[in-house]
Amino acid sequence: MSQVTMTVNGKEMSGDAEGRTLLSQFLREELDLTGTHVGCDTSQCGACVVHVNGKAIKSCTMLAMEADGASVETIEGQAEADGSLNTIQQAFQDHHGLQCGFCTPGMVMTAAALLKENPTPSEAEIRDYLEGNICRCTGYHNIVKAIMAASGQDVGAIAAE
Amino acid sequence: MYNFEFEKPGSIADAVAALGSEDAQALGGGQTLIPTLKQRLAAPSKLVSLTGIAEMQGVCMDDDGRMCIGAVTSHEDVAAQGASYAALADLAGNIGDPAVRARGTIGGSLANNDPSACYPAGALASGATIVTNSREIAADDYFQGMFTTALEEGEIITDVKFPVPEAANYQKFEQPASRFALVGVFVAKFADGVRVAVTGASEEGVHRWAAAEEALSANFSADAVPDAPDADGMIADLHGTSAYRAHLVAVLTRRAVAACG
Amino acid sequence: MLGVASEEGAAVCEYFENNERVWCAKWPASDQWEDNMPKDHGIGASPKRREDVRFLTGAGNYTDDINQRGQTFAAFARSNVANGAIRSVNTSVAEAMPGVVAVFTGEDFVDVGGNPAGWYIESRDGTPMKEPKRPVLAHGKVRHVGDAYAAVIAETLDQARDAVEAIEADIEELPAVATCAAALADGASLVHDEIETNMVFDWGWIEDNRAATDEAIKNAPHVTTLELVNNRLVPNAMEPRASIGDYNRGTGDYTLHTTSQNPHLTRLLISAFVMGIPENKLTVIAPDVGGGFGSKIYHYGEEALVLAAAKKLGRPVKWTADRSESFLTDAHGRDHVTKIELATEEDGTFIAIRTETLANVGAYLSNFATVTPTFLHGTLMAGNYTVPNVYVNLKAVLTNTAPVDAYRGAGRPEATYSIERVIDKCARELKIDPIALRRKNFIKPDQFPYTTPVALEYDIGNYDAVMDKLEEIGDLAGFAARRAESEARGKLRGLGVNSYIEACGIAPSNLVGVLGARVGLYDAATVRVNATGSLAVMVGAHSHGQGHETAFPQVVAEMLGIDEGQIEIVHGDTSKIPFGMGTYGSRSLAVCGSAVVRATEKIINKAKKIAAHMMEAAEADIELKDGTFSVAGTDKSVAWGEVALKAYVPHQFPIEDIEPGLEETAFYDPANFTYPSGAYACEVEVDPETGKVTVERFAAADDFGNVINPMIVEGQVHGGLGQGIGQALLENCIYDDDGQLLSASYMDYAMPRADDVPFYAVDHSAKTPCTHNPLGVKGCGEAGAIGSPPSVVNAVVDALQSGGHDVTHIDMPVSPSRVWAAMQK
Ligand SMILES: Cc1cc2nc3c(=O)[nH]c(=O)nc-3n(C[C@H](O)[C@H](O)[C@H](O)COP(=O)(O)OP(=O)(O)OC[C@H]3O[C@@H](n4cnc5c(N)ncnc54)[C@H](O)[C@@H]3O)c2cc1C
Ligand code: FES
Ligand code: FES
Repeated sequence: MSQVTMTVNGKEMSGDAEGRTLLSQFLREELDLTGTHVGCDTSQCGACVVHVNGKAIKSCTMLAMEADGASVETIEGQAEADGSLNTIQQAFQDHHGLQCGFCTPGMVMTAAALLKENPTPSEAEIRDYLEGNICRCTGYHNIVKAIMAASGQDVGAIAAE
Repeated sequence: MYNFEFEKPGSIADAVAALGSEDAQALGGGQTLIPTLKQRLAAPSKLVSLTGIAEMQGVCMDDDGRMCIGAVTSHEDVAAQGASYAALADLAGNIGDPAVRARGTIGGSLANNDPSACYPAGALASGATIVTNSREIAADDYFQGMFTTALEEGEIITDVKFPVPEAANYQKFEQPASRFALVGVFVAKFADGVRVAVTGASEEGVHRWAAAEEALSANFSADAVPDAPDADGMIADLHGTSAYRAHLVAVLTRRAVAACG
Repeated sequence: MLGVASEEGAAVCEYFENNERVWCAKWPASDQWEDNMPKDHGIGASPKRREDVRFLTGAGNYTDDINQRGQTFAAFARSNVANGAIRSVNTSVAEAMPGVVAVFTGEDFVDVGGNPAGWYIESRDGTPMKEPKRPVLAHGKVRHVGDAYAAVIAETLDQARDAVEAIEADIEELPAVATCAAALADGASLVHDEIETNMVFDWGWIEDNRAATDEAIKNAPHVTTLELVNNRLVPNAMEPRASIGDYNRGTGDYTLHTTSQNPHLTRLLISAFVMGIPENKLTVIAPDVGGGFGSKIYHYGEEALVLAAAKKLGRPVKWTADRSESFLTDAHGRDHVTKIELATEEDGTFIAIRTETLANVGAYLSNFATVTPTFLHGTLMAGNYTVPNVYVNLKAVLTNTAPVDAYRGAGRPEATYSIERVIDKCARELKIDPIALRRKNFIKPDQFPYTTPVALEYDIGNYDAVMDKLEEIGDLAGFAARRAESEARGKLRGLGVNSYIEACGIAPSNLVGVLGARVGLYDAATVRVNATGSLAVMVGAHSHGQGHETAFPQVVAEMLGIDEGQIEIVHGDTSKIPFGMGTYGSRSLAVCGSAVVRATEKIINKAKKIAAHMMEAAEADIELKDGTFSVAGTDKSVAWGEVALKAYVPHQFPIEDIEPGLEETAFYDPANFTYPSGAYACEVEVDPETGKVTVERFAAADDFGNVINPMIVEGQVHGGLGQGIGQALLENCIYDDDGQLLSASYMDYAMPRADDVPFYAVDHSAKTPCTHNPLGVKGCGEAGAIGSPPSVVNAVVDALQSGGHDVTHIDMPVSPSRVWAAMQK
């Protein structure tokens, strides 16, 4: 066991990790940040996506020790300072972009990374960017719509509002 | 996962030294190795992370006009910085998903030599040189069948040098589940001939398609691409028969040539 | 009829007390709600979901998020052969490993009862179904890859997993059977030696129809025959299963936190069948659950193990599946091989349908494994059509694979796919437009209630109206132009259409009991009014994505005329809620929602008595509107909150006539199934060089009866469509002949991703409210998954035929490789 320290959602936090401790495990078990979920063991579902030094990564596929000293953003740090939902979160609620909520943290973190890179992505660009995020509940319709809405695009015309 | 020690050296020399200890293994972006460890399919005593080595990072052009990519450069960075070799940058930009591209490295991909991976096709078709801590290896000598390469125990890739072709294109037909290449074809047209590398298709792993190279070197047009290669020795699995894979090799080669313009 | 408006604007909110009809509230006829009610609250509105805030901020509380003081971790030793004799399991090395607290093997559970199938089925010859035992941990034999034969409990998860590897098991591999055909072949090895066959039952529905159907088919001018496979699927709720067992030595109470769609059912199974823990000593809590789709209905051995271990160790024991375990051990879905024949007149009039199906039920009978392929499948085999003769034969077969059970749609997708594919093939053979052929045979609105030859009574529907709606929202008239445009780009384009009917809210208990159900199929709700007028509504349904916390308050708020914000839904905890059967079969609103209505009616009734007393008026003159009780024809009124307070501060209270307090419970047992129906259209493009199919457009017109929350309903349809398109194009759970699971991870099991599907056009305005429940609702949770696979495959066949390929059928999933192979013929 060694001590690992990182800045998580703006706060410096430390905990114990073995070599094999995954970042997802460290966040959930050591730091009690259980908003980051684990939905697979082959690095494909994206439920575990967090930002490390500004980049969206799969926290189940990174060792906690690799993130020693890094700046990490998780779903718990996404709301506005007053606790209200941020633009992306609000768009997910407004457009019913979640059902069971299990994929949602990863979806929101991935959407945030996308909008940072590409402030007004097209439908096709959003669908492509979500390749590593699996949702079993929504059929993706309202997730894609929510991300379009979060980027300020008019979604009124999308079929089946 | 079995437990292991973790080390993150800052130089190639330190990394090589660290890898000298028994059952130590290099860690690139971890996008292949960590899932493998989770399945308990490997039990290294120590993982030596290479991503902290600055001299193995980044994309540049060398004096011979080759694009040099540091072995720990992420797929995302190659996609963003590889404009001098657009076909390769496009290949990198289509590996996996954004989170995988943010972590996965060219060195890890080439060292792993997954039979469905994309970079091996790019490196082989380009006639790249794989530079390690101890030598330079021509791509033609480097790939030795599925998951097998010329790398020795403890040897690490530091750099990959890509001659830039006159025209090139990579066509990837995705396996619907993993989104790796069910078949991928990289066509590179050089002044002295055309090289065609195929991934995903063969039991032998990435390989060159000699008949297509010959035909295209004589006449670089989609129409010149030969009929599908023999299905013998092609992979057959849940996602496609060997005949289907052989068929795709020809289709994708035609598309790649057409896309070269 | 009970609970249904007989005249416009009449009271629909009624119930019977001492055989007297009691009217308790006036509201518009149920089919007018959506149009008449304000859109910002109440029935027909789409308020934002209140559960979203916690899910969007990482504050959800899923089972694996819970850690308890002193907690230990369980990991399982699982078989890597499909069929094997356990010669010995040596745990001594594992027990000595660091952190290991205990090791259990199958021998520890030999005396523990079996986990039963919830429905008894008789074979055609009257013999009872075969019921092999299902142990907590395998002993004697392992029967599928992933079958657990030992478990390690350790201080940390990694230690438990390390120790699992140190268990030395001598398991002699035996020949395995992975398919029904292999399992029924002469000399096939037996999955369970003690039952001496691999056939669970050979069911005929209805056996009395058999001779007439055979005769009708023999004499018919035209018979279309199709052999097809309903591909095996893995449900893949994104949250893997997890359970935490806890035992309180001081009180003898057990608590199980688990990923369940129906905590009471789980408690009942554990108490009455598996472990014998008295129900009063066992609390089952299903906190936030990350999707279920059927796979979390059932009781699994891991739940029993963590409880037994917790008792033995006096410490909480937690187990969380990793995805690989989910693939190996979650109950899978579908896996039918069917031959269907459709006999028609030359003009396309349906005469008879006959099916023969082999249904793979896996290595053990899971809880709904016997009802899913029978009463949820065979009874639907008349579809939306008048077809005088229908006969269904289905053999349920044990194999050395994971158990197969209900997965979203459960039996109805299999039925719908068979019928709607054979109709499409028939239309092509007879050169009749596929929509026209369907319309020609639809049951017409004036034929309801309509009793089918397979013993269902459809209460209401209007299949032409739904088809009209589909043609409109799918712009089917514009297809020809879109096809021309695709062809100009070198692509083939196809249009596939189908109808579906399904049956939700399986009931009534009296009838299902006769048919073999071992449980009742009612649901329950308690409405508790707090002294200050806010409410807690305890419901037996469980929400794992369906939005009950938002939708159920809309109903109660509508009835009471108060703000939804005052109403809290409590679910998922057997210690807090009345009995309930949980959430599956699209039953939550139709069954549990009806119980909520009934309990709220009782509340209104009692509140009116109190209000009458407060205003010194006759009870019959009291009206409730917008949260205010008033005396008809006067300006006297008291607010909802005042009445609630009076109930709990009963000063000057007619205590001899009315008990203090304001809390009521209702159990609701439906009179019939509900019958949602719909018409779906899929447009695909096929790349003729690679065989790759892309879904370009998808339109779904549904009749769900009344809709409480349109936003949630549409979301349910979207999700179902995603899964249905997944089944049709991508998903395939495959075992090899030795019973090894080939599609054992997301590397090989293709989950639909965002770029596999388009935006969907959905509509639910062509509605016929259910006639027998108070809300007029039918259920929408499974429709999308039931209705969509045939239209996708129909579209692919249409595309290929338009390209001159003589292809009449391709089995799902319609993968590029299969399409290409079909084109080569
Ligand atoms: C969801 C997902 C989708 C993917 N899709 C694709 C795809 O479409 N196409 C594709 O090509 N790949 C795909 N990959 C694989 C991805 O590209 C990996 O990043 C890559 O194959 C391995 O690179 P890595 O840096 O992550 O290596 P690691 O996982 O760290 O290492 C892989 C192996 O290489 C060794 N190694 C690493 N670096 C070096 C070095 N410099 N020198 C010597 N040995 C080294 C390690 O010891 C290990 O044996 C996908 C991966 C995931 C998780
Ligand atoms: S848990 Fe990280 S990708 Fe699935
Ligand atoms: S909301 Fe349930 S998995 Fe996406």
